[in-house]
Amino acid sequence: MKRIEEKFKQLKNQREKALIPFIAAGDPSLPLTKALILGMERQGADMIELGIPFSDPLADGPTIQKAYLRGLKSHTTLKDVLKLVRELREETDIPLIIMSYYNLIYRMGEASFVQQAAQAGVDGLIVPDLPPEEGEFLQSLAEEAGLAAIYLLAPTTPDRRVQLIAQKGSGFLYYVSLMGVTGERDNIAQDVTPSLQNIRALTNMPIAVGFGISSPEHVRSVASWVDGVIVGSAVIKLIEDNLARPNLVGRVGKFIAQLKAATRDSTPG
Amino acid sequence: MAQPLPDSRGHFGLFGGKFVPETLMTPLEELEAAYCAAKSDQEFQATLKDYLRYYAGRPTPLYYARRLTEELGGVKIYLKREDLNHTGAHKINNTLAQALLTKRMGKSRVIAETGAGQHGVATATAAALFGLKCDIYMGEEDMERQALNVFRMRLLGAQVIPVASGSRTLKDAINETLRDWVATVRDTHYIIGSVVGPHPYPMMVREFQSVIGQEAREQFLTREGRLPDYCLACVGGGSNAIGLFYPFISDTTVKLVGVEAGGLGPESNKHGATLAKGTIGILHGSLSYLLQDEHGQISPTHSVSAGLDYPGVGPEHSYYKQIGRIEYVSVTDKEALEGFCWLSRLEGIIPALESAHAIAYARKLAPGLQKEQSILICLSGRGDKDVQQVEKLLSQ
Repeated sequence: MKRIEEKFKQLKNQREKALIPFIAAGDPSLPLTKALILGMERQGADMIELGIPFSDPLADGPTIQKAYLRGLKSHTTLKDVLKLVRELREETDIPLIIMSYYNLIYRMGEASFVQQAAQAGVDGLIVPDLPPEEGEFLQSLAEEAGLAAIYLLAPTTPDRRVQLIAQKGSGFLYYVSLMGVTGERDNIAQDVTPSLQNIRALTNMPIAVGFGISSPEHVRSVASWVDGVIVGSAVIKLIEDNLARPNLVGRVGKFIAQLKAATRDSTPG
Repeated sequence: MAQPLPDSRGHFGLFGGKFVPETLMTPLEELEAAYCAAKSDQEFQATLKDYLRYYAGRPTPLYYARRLTEELGGVKIYLKREDLNHTGAHKINNTLAQALLTKRMGKSRVIAETGAGQHGVATATAAALFGLKCDIYMGEEDMERQALNVFRMRLLGAQVIPVASGSRTLKDAINETLRDWVATVRDTHYIIGSVVGPHPYPMMVREFQSVIGQEAREQFLTREGRLPDYCLACVGGGSNAIGLFYPFISDTTVKLVGVEAGGLGPESNKHGATLAKGTIGILHGSLSYLLQDEHGQISPTHSVSAGLDYPGVGPEHSYYKQIGRIEYVSVTDKEALEGFCWLSRLEGIIPALESAHAIAYARKLAPGLQKEQSILICLSGRGDKDVQQVEKLLSQ
C-alpha cells in the first residue's frame, strides 16, 4: 500500500504516469514470471499487476484465458505466487498488486490469504468479481494489514456509485475503459476521455485505466487524464507469440520501454 | 419462514449475492427494479398468464401414474407433466416471462446459455414470439450430444454459438454468455435458465418457475384431499426443483428431495453431485456449493444428461441443504438410463434424461414407504432430444 502511494507521489514529481503491466503468474512458468517482472522493472514498469490463474475467468477475453491455462498447466497456485512475491522482495521494491478471482481467495480463507500476502510483501489486491457490496470483509482485512483494496469502475458506473467506491477503495481506482472483457483492441473507446474527466472531478484518488490499452499510441492518448495505465493482454500476447523463441524477457522488455516512454511525453492533465 | 428470502442484497443466509464485474452491477440493479415493477403490474401479470395458458399450454396436468404405482407396491406416484409444455420442458415458464421483461426494459436482444438445449430452445422460441434477436451459447460437447436441439434453435431463428473453452459444457457456456453480456448489456438481456447467477436471477427465476408447484399443490389437494408425502425433482442448477418445491416449503410434513447427477458414481469424481460432494465457493456470480479442488479451481463434471452436467447449483438450494429443509441425493447414469426406459415402457412417457434421475430415485425410495404414502415427481421435460444418445448408450 505504502509503496503504491510513494510511487504515485514520486511519478507526479517527475511529471510521469505509472506504467502498470499485467501478466499471468506461471505463464509459462514461475521462474520466468520472476524474470519477466524484474526485466519489466528494468525497462521502466512502475508497478506490476500479477494475475492468479483461474479455471473460469469470466471477466477475461481469449488472450488472458489462454495465459491462465498455461499457468494452470505449470500448476501455479495462489500459495506459489505468494512465495514468489517473498522471493521478489529480496530483489525489488516495485509495488506488486495481486489480481485474483474471488473463489481462489475464498478457498484459501480470506484472513489467511491477507495475512500471508501482507507478510510476503504484496501491496494491493484487485478482485474483479468482488464489488464493494460483497467485499466488506476482505476490504477490512486488507486495510488492517496495510494492503490496498483496489476497486474497478466501469462505463456503466453512475456518479453516486463512483463516489461510494472511491470512499471504500484504496491505492487507486481502476477504470475499465470499455464495455466488455479484457483483450487487445485496435482503438480506444471513444468516450474514455470524458468519462475519465468526469471521474477526476468526483474524487481525489489516483486513477489508473485498463482494458483494451494495447500500444504506445493508446497509452499516449489516455495518459494525460490519469495517474496510471494498465496494459495486460498486449503484453501477454507478446509472451504467447515468443514462448518458443530465445530471450523472451528481452523482447517483452523492449515493448515495456516503448509503453513507458509514452507515459513520459504526455502533457499533464 | 420468518423473513422472505433472499434479503434485499440477494442473500439466502450465507449464500447468493452479486459477485460480478463492476460493469454489470448497475444493470443488475436496473433489472431488479424492472422485475419488481413488473411483479406488481397487473397488466404484465395478466399478459404473462395469458401466454402461459394459450401459448405454453398451462396448467400442465398432474398425472396419476397407475402402472408405476402398481409396480412399486402401492405407493401412489404422481407426475407433474412439465414435459407437456410447449417446447417440451419447464424452461418455457421462465423464458416467456424474461422475454416479456426484456420488452418492458426496452432491450432488443436476448442471449442465453444452454446445456441440454432445452433452455436454448425455450429462449429461441420466446425470442421468435416477441421479435427479439437471439444468440445462444452452447458447449461444443453438448452440441454434439444434443444435435437435434441445435437444429431446433436455428429453425427458430436463433444463432447458436459454439463454446470451445474449458470443459465445453454448460459451465463454459455460462462463462461465455456472461462475457458477451458485459460487452452488450445496454441493449441485451441475459435470460439465465436456472436459479443460478447473481441476484436477482435466483429469486426471479424461482418466482417464474413456482407456477409448477403452485399448480401441483392445488391439483394434488383436489385429487387426494391431502398433501403428498414426498416431492422429487432433479437438480442441475435447480430451477424445476425450486419451482416445484418452493410452494411446499412451509408444508413441513412434505419431504422435499432433490436428485443430483451421480454420473459414474459419487466416489468416482465423474459426477455432478454438487450438493452431496461439493464445498462452498463462488462461481457465476453467486456464493453456493461448488465442485472444486483444494485451490479453488472448478472441477470437471460428468453426467449422462447435459442439463445436470454442472459444477454449481442455485444458492437457494445450498441454503435449504444447510438448514436441512431439502434432502439432496444422487442417482448414477446407469440408474437414470434404467429410469428412462422404465417410464417409457410402463407409462408410455419418454422422459428427459434429466427428469429420469428423479424417476430413478422414486424407484429406490418407494419400496421403503408405506402403501398409503404418495410421491409427487416433477417430470421436467420430455425425452425426444435424448433418444439418439440413449440408443447409442444402450447398444454399447
